[in-house]
Amino acid sequence: MREAEVRRLLAANLLCALAVVLATLGPAFLLDGFSVLGTHLTWLCVCSVCVATLNIVLHLVLKPNQSPKRRSFGHKISRFLKCCIYFFMSCILFHAIIVLYGAPLIELVTETFLFAVLLSTFTTLQCLCLLGPNIQAWIRVFSKNGAMSIWESSLQITSVCSILGAWFGAFPIPLDWDRPWQVWPISCSLGATFGYMAGLIIAPLWIHWNRKQLTYKSR
Amino acid sequence: MRLRSGVFASSCLLVQALGVALFLRGFFPVPVRSVPRREARADPPAEPAPPGPGMVSNWTKIPPPLFKKVVIVLIDALRDDFVFGPKGKQFMPYTTQVVEKGTSYSFIAEAKPPTVTMPRIKALMTGSIPGFIDVVVNLNSPALLDDNLIWQAKTAGKRIIFYGDDTWVKLFPKHFVEYDGTTSFFVSDFTEVDDNVTRHLDRVLKREDWDLLILHYLGLDHIGHMTGPNSPLVGPKLREMDNILKKIHISLISKEEASLPNLLVVCGDHGMSETGSHGGSSEGEVHTPLLFISSAFGKRSAPPAQPEHVQQTDLASTLAIGLGLPISRNSVGNLILPVVGGKTMREQLRFVHLNGFQLSRLLQENTPAYEKDPGYEHFKIAEKSHGNWIKLYLEGNNSEILLNLGKKVLKQYLEALKTLSSSLSRQVAQYDMYSMMVGTVIIMEVLILLLLSVPKALSKRAEFEVPLSPPLFSLLFYLMCLMLCAVHVIVCTSAESLCYFCSMSWLTAVGVMMLISALMCGILSAVAKILENYRLPPKNPVASSYSWSEIDVLILAGTIGHVLSLGASSFIEEEHQTWYFLINTLCLVLCQELCRNNFLLKECDPQHSTNVKQNFDSIEESSECKNIDIPAASNSKLGKATSSSEFMKGSDKWISLATPWIILICCRLLRSLNQTGVQWAHRPDFGHWLTSFEHKSELSFLAAVSLLMIFVLVQRRCSLVSKIAMALGLLGVYSYRSAIGNVTFPWQHGGKDISKGITEARFVYVFVLGIVFTGTKDLLKSQVISADSSTKSTGLWEVYSGLVLLAALLFRPHNLPVLVFCLLIQTMMTKYIWIPLKFDAAQITIMHYWFGQAFFYFQGNSNGIATVDISAGFVGLDSYVEIPAIFLTAFATYAGPFLWAVHLLCYLSSEVRRNSAAVGHGCFCYALMRSIPVAIYVVLVTGLRYHLFIWSVFSPKLLYEGVHVFITAAVCLFFTTMDQNHSYKVQD
Repeated sequence: MREAEVRRLLAANLLCALAVVLATLGPAFLLDGFSVLGTHLTWLCVCSVCVATLNIVLHLVLKPNQSPKRRSFGHKISRFLKCCIYFFMSCILFHAIIVLYGAPLIELVTETFLFAVLLSTFTTLQCLCLLGPNIQAWIRVFSKNGAMSIWESSLQITSVCSILGAWFGAFPIPLDWDRPWQVWPISCSLGATFGYMAGLIIAPLWIHWNRKQLTYKSR
Repeated sequence: MRLRSGVFASSCLLVQALGVALFLRGFFPVPVRSVPRREARADPPAEPAPPGPGMVSNWTKIPPPLFKKVVIVLIDALRDDFVFGPKGKQFMPYTTQVVEKGTSYSFIAEAKPPTVTMPRIKALMTGSIPGFIDVVVNLNSPALLDDNLIWQAKTAGKRIIFYGDDTWVKLFPKHFVEYDGTTSFFVSDFTEVDDNVTRHLDRVLKREDWDLLILHYLGLDHIGHMTGPNSPLVGPKLREMDNILKKIHISLISKEEASLPNLLVVCGDHGMSETGSHGGSSEGEVHTPLLFISSAFGKRSAPPAQPEHVQQTDLASTLAIGLGLPISRNSVGNLILPVVGGKTMREQLRFVHLNGFQLSRLLQENTPAYEKDPGYEHFKIAEKSHGNWIKLYLEGNNSEILLNLGKKVLKQYLEALKTLSSSLSRQVAQYDMYSMMVGTVIIMEVLILLLLSVPKALSKRAEFEVPLSPPLFSLLFYLMCLMLCAVHVIVCTSAESLCYFCSMSWLTAVGVMMLISALMCGILSAVAKILENYRLPPKNPVASSYSWSEIDVLILAGTIGHVLSLGASSFIEEEHQTWYFLINTLCLVLCQELCRNNFLLKECDPQHSTNVKQNFDSIEESSECKNIDIPAASNSKLGKATSSSEFMKGSDKWISLATPWIILICCRLLRSLNQTGVQWAHRPDFGHWLTSFEHKSELSFLAAVSLLMIFVLVQRRCSLVSKIAMALGLLGVYSYRSAIGNVTFPWQHGGKDISKGITEARFVYVFVLGIVFTGTKDLLKSQVISADSSTKSTGLWEVYSGLVLLAALLFRPHNLPVLVFCLLIQTMMTKYIWIPLKFDAAQITIMHYWFGQAFFYFQGNSNGIATVDISAGFVGLDSYVEIPAIFLTAFATYAGPFLWAVHLLCYLSSEVRRNSAAVGHGCFCYALMRSIPVAIYVVLVTGLRYHLFIWSVFSPKLLYEGVHVFITAAVCLFFTTMDQNHSYKVQD
């Protein structure tokens, strides 16, 4: 049971990583003059959309958190709307944090916001898929030893890795190398993406190696 | 000897300050300089008087010019082999032909590092060797104020035209009758920069209304930077230069009349290394060609074997003689004799005498024992024989013997000149490595000692045994002393260069050596002790159980990351970004910590309270509780784990949750107040908007509101008297600013005459002193009469508010919000974060240090010299008085870190009830936080001393770091005196 679940997690994560790679390489065939550095905004959109769709599809297919009772259609709609609002709010929150970190307030708003959307896709969207619009559960998962399944552990690891990637991505900005990837927000979004992919790969491996120590207590 | 950690830390920091001072003295050689040029118009010396009565030489004036027009073509990064090597033969045919067969003299001029354009131009034009101290002395004024060739030429009425690198225009403002500066900003621009110079050439060469034409070509340097010296682009560029030289030379020859010949000088400011960069001291960077082309010189029959080596500084003296100008006072150059070789023997002797006289005067002004200098002795002998020669000459003796005798005198003079200038340039050009090494050793030893004593110094008792006597009487100590003294003797006797540490008295040197060996022995004994403890099985499990919270990880990573970032010049230029980034992250981590404390603790209350009991009873590991992570209760175990049920209630909880966000917003606002650094410094910022003239009313409003806020934030813990004094003082600050015309009172609309505001400023000083005095009185009372901590904390707060008032006076009005936000953040952090979350003293100290650093940059400071606000040193002073001016400027510059440090002291001494060793811990951590970056940076700078940016980026930062160490040492001493009286309570 456990082994099978870990394998399923691995497959799902690899699919997500593949989605990022596809989002980088794919549009080059369809769009003229597409490149990650040159048309960064397009790439941000494509990447966010790809990862988001795949996450939602995977969530619908795999159903990692089986809810025992069937819920009414109205309930599902309200839940969905709530999720949308939460996602939007998380984008706003990320945008605010990025501006507080020193991003320009008025210029480059689109860039900053799309970067915030990308970060939300990597972190909040997964939370919404897995935990639903339930803040209490989020806080539980993101405190130490709060995860209750391997899916939640994986969620922890990928989110933290994406955020850390974005954080480290800011380091090269002050260097005076005048490289195209030092332009705001390319280094940060690339950092976040690399962090996300690293998290996706690390998570199953980490769970596999620590499977003896990991004891998830049920609610 | 038992020492408390505060005392230990302050003494360590004092020793470190000594090391830093020694290092700085070695790193920044004191420049050779003469009196300022305004007083430099001394009469030129006459020819040496012939011995015996009756005869006087009639040559008392400066000799007339030898050349009519002089053209200087400076080609940036022209390496010697570009002209004299195979490349020159291939690409510069005309120049090669002139060098080999024409009427020219060619030399290889050696440049001194830093081989960067601006100091090189200074060297070429003043003949002196510019050091970094020059930059500091000429603070904020890029213009060259020393005596120089251009200034002499301008005063002599010569008309100078300049085209090329705009560094010249900045160095010599208003010196040129016509100029066109090109910027060297776009390194990838190879042709445009040079075309911008050449396009003027045809027109200027036709004209007659100039005496000195200077052309500075940048293209070759840019090619070097981009593609290196062997790139295919170099050839065409050299050919272009060759054509330009040909054009100039032909035009000069065609214009020549019978009276005086013209002169064309071709030189490079520095060379380039094999990779195409420059700044260091490799051979390719240092060797540049120097060509003198004039029809005055004799035609050469055979091509010269190898060009002679001269110093770059020699050009200034040679040109001064050639143009008939006095030699610049600070020049250390020698006259290049072949250039004047065509003149009569009497004239030649006259020229070298002028040069020698100028050099010996410079030596007299800079060395006390100049009479013993071999160069000076030689010069005196040569001068005497010169006098004898003139006697013979004036007697009408005109034979072959006189000529030979003259040659002998000339040789004597040249010998003297060489010795003189080498002993002068020895004083500047190089780093005093020995002093630097001694300083570094002291700094590193102190750092290691501090690091080794971390576990003990942060223990609950905050004191430890310093084994002073065993190492002091050990054989090792004496052996080390002897060895170091022997090394000292060997180094000092063998060193050719001037060394500061060697010039100190023997007693001091031996003292320093003893200090070094004592520190070494201390380190060794500490290591031995640690190993001993390590071998013994740990007695209590507490020592091994240590869990890291996110805050600890961040603090450690931030400290290490910041120290590592000091190795990159861009990170030093943009260091403010590092600090802003770190404090932002700190706030977010604090926010997470608060969330956890507020939302999660309820769930595990039962478990938690048992934990608390365990903590108090048996002091055990406290992480059994699954759902919480108790922040590392690192040393003071009673700190953290108190019951959380009464953590916070109601509205307080929400304010506390909002605190990090408010702080983040404050920091964001402050960040846009002053754009600093280098890359984004030109961006429009709020501070500039406020200081512009049309926004005076907004500035006045902001200043008034800020002063009001300062009063509100500061007064709540002051006594009544101080409150009134504070209010009056802040009013005085506003009236001072309105008196000097920065802000206006609402009722005055017309133009009021602007005064220096001395009365108002002194009025404020009286209140500052009054408040500080009241505070000190309270402190003394608490020290002497009773150990009542409330008197003490009131006293400390009063001292703090006095300093805030002083800062309010010295800050420029648009910076007053910085002070407000500083106070606001401190208040909020204390009330809602530090006290409820119960961080230990070490964490709080480091947070204070980080915020202090960030506020240093929020004030508008940077790591460049230019942002120091010197006007603060003149507040309330009629004229420049050195000591108060330095004190006030230092205070205004370091107000951010200083105020945070004093606030730390206020906070920690109010925490004494909870943790009696808090002040000691704080002092130790503060000293450690300062000594880590300074020690690493000193090593980095020593390694990077030939870096391209050493003078522009690394040296200013080194000065800032050094001054910060001195200030921190003072703060730590203050900490230690405050820590005095409850040390006895700790022991029982």
